[in-house]
Amino acid sequence: MKSRLIPIVAAFAATLAATAAYAETTLTVYTAVEAVDLDRYKATFEKAYPDIKINWVRDSTGVMTAKLLAEKDNPQADVVWGLAATSLLLLKGEGMLEPYAPAGVEKLDPRFVDTSTPPTWTGMDAYVAAICFNTAEAAKIGLAAPKSWKDLTKPEYKGHVVMPNPNSSGTGFLDVSAWLQMFGEEEAWKFMDGLHENISAYTHSGSKPCKMAGAGETIVGVSFEFPGAKAKSAGAPIDIIFPEEGSGWEAEATAIIAGTANLEAAKKLVDFSVSKEANEMYNQGYAVLAYPGIAKPVENLPDNVADHMIKNDFEWAANNRKAILAEWAKRYDSKSEPKT
Amino acid sequence: MASLATTMPAGRAIRPQLSSDDVLKRGLMLVISLYLIVALALPLYVLLSKSLSTYHFDLDTFEIQRSDETGTNFGPARTVAQLNAEVQAIAPEQLATGSDGRLSVTNLFKDFSFRSPVKYRIRGTTDSAAFLVGSELKRGTEWVELDSNTFRRVVLRPGRTIGLDNFVNYFSTPALANSIQNSLLIGAISTVLVISIAFGLAYALNRSQMKFKSVFKLIMTIPILVPSLLPGIALVYLFGNQGLLKSWMMGNSIYGPIGIVIGSVFFTLPHALLIISTALSVADARHYEAAASLRASKWRTFWTVTVPGARYGIISAAFVVFTLVITDFGLPKVIGGQYNMLAVDIYKQVIGQQNFEMGAVVSVLLLVPAVLAFFVDRTIQKKQVALLSARSVPYEPKPNAGFDWACFTYCSLIAAFILVMIGVCQLAATVKFWPYDLTPSLRNFRFDLMDGGGWGAYYNSIRMALLTALFGTVIVFTGAYMVEKSEGFRTGRTLFQFLAMLPMAVPGMALGLAYIFFFNNPANPFNAIYGTMAILVVCTVTHFYTVSHLTALTALKQMDREFEPVAASLKQPFHKLFLRVTVPVCLPAILDIAIYLFVNAMTTVSAVVFLYSAETQLASVAVLNMDDAGDIAPAAAMGMMIFYTNVAARLLHGAISRVLLTRTQAWRHR
Repeated sequence: MKSRLIPIVAAFAATLAATAAYAETTLTVYTAVEAVDLDRYKATFEKAYPDIKINWVRDSTGVMTAKLLAEKDNPQADVVWGLAATSLLLLKGEGMLEPYAPAGVEKLDPRFVDTSTPPTWTGMDAYVAAICFNTAEAAKIGLAAPKSWKDLTKPEYKGHVVMPNPNSSGTGFLDVSAWLQMFGEEEAWKFMDGLHENISAYTHSGSKPCKMAGAGETIVGVSFEFPGAKAKSAGAPIDIIFPEEGSGWEAEATAIIAGTANLEAAKKLVDFSVSKEANEMYNQGYAVLAYPGIAKPVENLPDNVADHMIKNDFEWAANNRKAILAEWAKRYDSKSEPKT
Repeated sequence: MASLATTMPAGRAIRPQLSSDDVLKRGLMLVISLYLIVALALPLYVLLSKSLSTYHFDLDTFEIQRSDETGTNFGPARTVAQLNAEVQAIAPEQLATGSDGRLSVTNLFKDFSFRSPVKYRIRGTTDSAAFLVGSELKRGTEWVELDSNTFRRVVLRPGRTIGLDNFVNYFSTPALANSIQNSLLIGAISTVLVISIAFGLAYALNRSQMKFKSVFKLIMTIPILVPSLLPGIALVYLFGNQGLLKSWMMGNSIYGPIGIVIGSVFFTLPHALLIISTALSVADARHYEAAASLRASKWRTFWTVTVPGARYGIISAAFVVFTLVITDFGLPKVIGGQYNMLAVDIYKQVIGQQNFEMGAVVSVLLLVPAVLAFFVDRTIQKKQVALLSARSVPYEPKPNAGFDWACFTYCSLIAAFILVMIGVCQLAATVKFWPYDLTPSLRNFRFDLMDGGGWGAYYNSIRMALLTALFGTVIVFTGAYMVEKSEGFRTGRTLFQFLAMLPMAVPGMALGLAYIFFFNNPANPFNAIYGTMAILVVCTVTHFYTVSHLTALTALKQMDREFEPVAASLKQPFHKLFLRVTVPVCLPAILDIAIYLFVNAMTTVSAVVFLYSAETQLASVAVLNMDDAGDIAPAAAMGMMIFYTNVAARLLHGAISRVLLTRTQAWRHR
C-alpha cells in the first residue's frame, strides 16, 4: 500500500509546488478609507500589478488601530494602506513597521513623508479640520457664521456647537492637538474652556458633527472637509468654513507591517500608493494630495484647502497624545456629570 | 513473592460499574463542560489578569552618559534613577502609566539646551528596556549617541508588571469613576420605572377582562425584536433638535440621562413584563375570597394579597432590568451624549484610546454589580414556594366595565409608545433627507454606499443567527439533559450547572473583550477561529446560554425520571431514548430556544462589536457604525431590516411549531 501511495503523493506535491510558483500573491491590506472607495482602489492597483491581489480588511480609524495593536505579537496584515499617520506613528513606536523608501518618494510633499530614513510611512492625502455650518437653521435664529475658531467661544453659539470627543475620535484629537500647536498650551486650554461652555455634545465619530449639522441636529459641527462636501452634495443646507487661524490636519498614509511574508509584493503596493496615478485616484474624494501640483478641485470645496493647513508636528502629537487626552478628560469629561 | 502478598493493599471500594451509556453520558457532559470552560471561564480569567497588567517606567533600566562642550569626552554612565535622585525632575506618580506611556528625560539635566554642542548617550541596562528617539523604537543595551537637539526627542517606554495600579488609576480619574455613579443611577431610575409600568401591564393582562389582550401581548414583545440602539435613534427623531415632538422636552436635551432612561424603558419592558406576568398569572382565588369575607377594601387586598404573591417575580424582574440597563452599550452610545456610562467607557478606552488594560478594568467593574444582582436573585428564587397547591382554586377575574376600560386605556398608551418608536424609525428610513426633503425614497436602504458592511452585513447576520440557533440549541439542550437526567457524578454536574448560569452575569462588552485577549493570542490553539464566523457564533451562544439552559431544564423537569430506568431495564441505549422520546416530548421548548437564540443573535451588539472582521460584519453592528458616522437614516433602515427579519422568523417559528406539535404532541391530548 505504502509504496503505491508515494508516487501519487509526490505527483500531488509537484503539482502544488508548480501552482504555487505561478500563483498570484494575495496581500492582506488593513485600511480605514471610505467603504465606497475600496473597490476602485483595488481595481486600479490590480490593473497595474495583475499578479498581486488585495484582500481588504476595513474599519474605522480607531478600531483599525486597536486591532493592529492587539495583533502586535502576531500581525495578520501585510500592508496598511489608508490609516491616519498619527496611528501609524503609534505602531512605529512599537516597532511594528518595516522601513521602506518607495520608488518616487522624493516627488511627494515632504510633510507627507515620515522623517526617518528610510521612512516607515508615506502619505496619500490629507483631511483638514473644518466647520460645517447649517445656514437654514442659523437663519431661523439669526446666527452669523463663525469666521475663526475663537468665534465659537462667543456666547451666541452656546448650545449650538458639536465636536468629536478626542478620547474616542482621531478627528477630535487632531483638532485639540492643532489648537495646542497654534495657540500655545496656555491659550489653547483657555480657548477650549470657553468652547466647552458652548458645546452641546461631544460625539464619538469625527464625521458625525458635520452630518448632524447637515441634518439640522446642530448648527455648528466641528469636523473635517470631506463629510461636509458629501453632505452638501446630498442636499444638506450647509457651508464648509475653514477658520482663519488655520486648520489641523491628518495624513492618510501607507506602511508595511514588519515581519510580512510577502515583502516584495508589499513594496510594490507601497510604490504604487505614492505614484501619480494613485494620487489622482485619491483626488476623487480628497482635495489635498501628497503628490503636489496635480490636485483637481473637489465639488463643494474651495481650491485652496491646502493653504489652510497648519504646520503639523505628528511626532509631537503622537508622543504627547496620552498626556493631552488625560488633561482633556480631566477638564471636560468630568464636567459632563448631571448637575445636582 | 511472600512479602508482596502480605503488603498487598486492601481492594478498592466497591462502586457500581459504569455502563457504556454512563461513559458516553459523562463523555458528552465533559465535552460540553469543556466548551463552557474554553468559551467562558478561560477568557474571563484572561480578562481579569489583563486588568492587573500594569505599566510603569523603571528608571533603573536606563543609563545616560553626557559629554562636555566638545562633544567627545563623555562622563560616567549613570542610571536615570540616580540622575533623578539628585534633581527630582520626575515625580513618583508620573511613573505609573499605560501601555502607550511616554516619558521625556531632558528635565533630568537642569542646564539642558537643545542648541548646546553637548552630546548624550543612552541605552537600556536590560534587553527589554525600550525608548524612542523621536518615533523610532530602540531596545536593548547598545549605546545610542545623540546630539542635544535629537536628545530632546528621546522618550522612555514603560515596562510591564502585575499589580492593582490600573484600579487605583481608575478611581483617581474622576471622569472614569463618575461613570459608576451614572450607571447605578440610570440603572436604578430605569428599574423603578420599568417595574411600575410592567406591573400595571401585567395586572391588566392577567386580572382584567379587557378586550384585545392578545394584540397587546404581541405589541409588547416588539422591543425584543430590535437592537437596543433603535429606540435611541427613534428618540433622536422624536425629541432631537429637529424632532417631531421637540417641544415636549421643555428645553431639556434628549441626549443624556433622559434619553437613556426612556430608551431603557423601551427595550427592557418585554423582559420585565414576561417575568411579572408569569408571577401574576397564577393566584389562588381562596385568598381573595378570604379577603372579601374579612371586608378588606380592594386597596388593602391589593397590597396584602396581590403584591406579596408576585413579590419574587417583581424582585427577579428588577434584577434582570437593572443588569440589562447597566450592561447595555448601544443605547447610551447613540443617545447618551456626554453622559458617561460604564459600558460606553469600555468602548471608548479600547477603540478610542487603544487602552486595553483600562478597558479590562472597566469590564471587571461592570461584572461586580451584575454578579451581585445575579446572586441576590438566585437566593431569592430559592425562597419562592409554590403558590398553587392541589387544593387551590384558580383566580378568575370578573368583568368590571370601569376597571376594564381603565386597563384598556393604560395598555393602549403603552402600546402607542412602542408603536410610535418603531413607526418613526420606519418613517425616517423611507424619506429622502430628513427633515429637509421628505419625498419617499429607498435611498437609505442602499447600504453598500455606507460604512458598516452594506447588504453583506445583513446576510452575515442571518447566517450567524441561523448557525447560533442550530449549534446553540444542540449544545444547550444536550448539556441540560446531561445535568438533569444523569445519575451520580455530582461534583461535575454542580460545576456544570454553575458554568451554565454564569453567562447571565457577564456583560456582553466584558465577554467580547475577554474573547479578544484569549483568542487573539498566537499561543492559543484556538487562535485560528479569531476573525471568523465561528468566534461570533461561539460568543453569541455563550452570551445567551443561561436563559436557553433554563428553558431546557424546565422542559426536562416536566418529564418523569422513570423514563431512564425503564429504558435501561429494556436494554435500550440512552441515545435512543433521547432521540425517540426526550427530544420529541421537549420539542416546544427546543423550538423556543432556537427562536430565542436567533432573535438575540440578530440584535446583539455589545459582545460582537469587538470580534467581527471585514468578512463577518453584522447588521446590528452596522446600525451602530452607521449611526456613529452620522448616517442616522440608513442606521434606522438597517434596524428596520433586523425587525422585519425577526418578525418573519417569529411567524415561521409559529408555523413550524404548529405543524411539528400536531405531529409530536398528540400524546398530550386524550
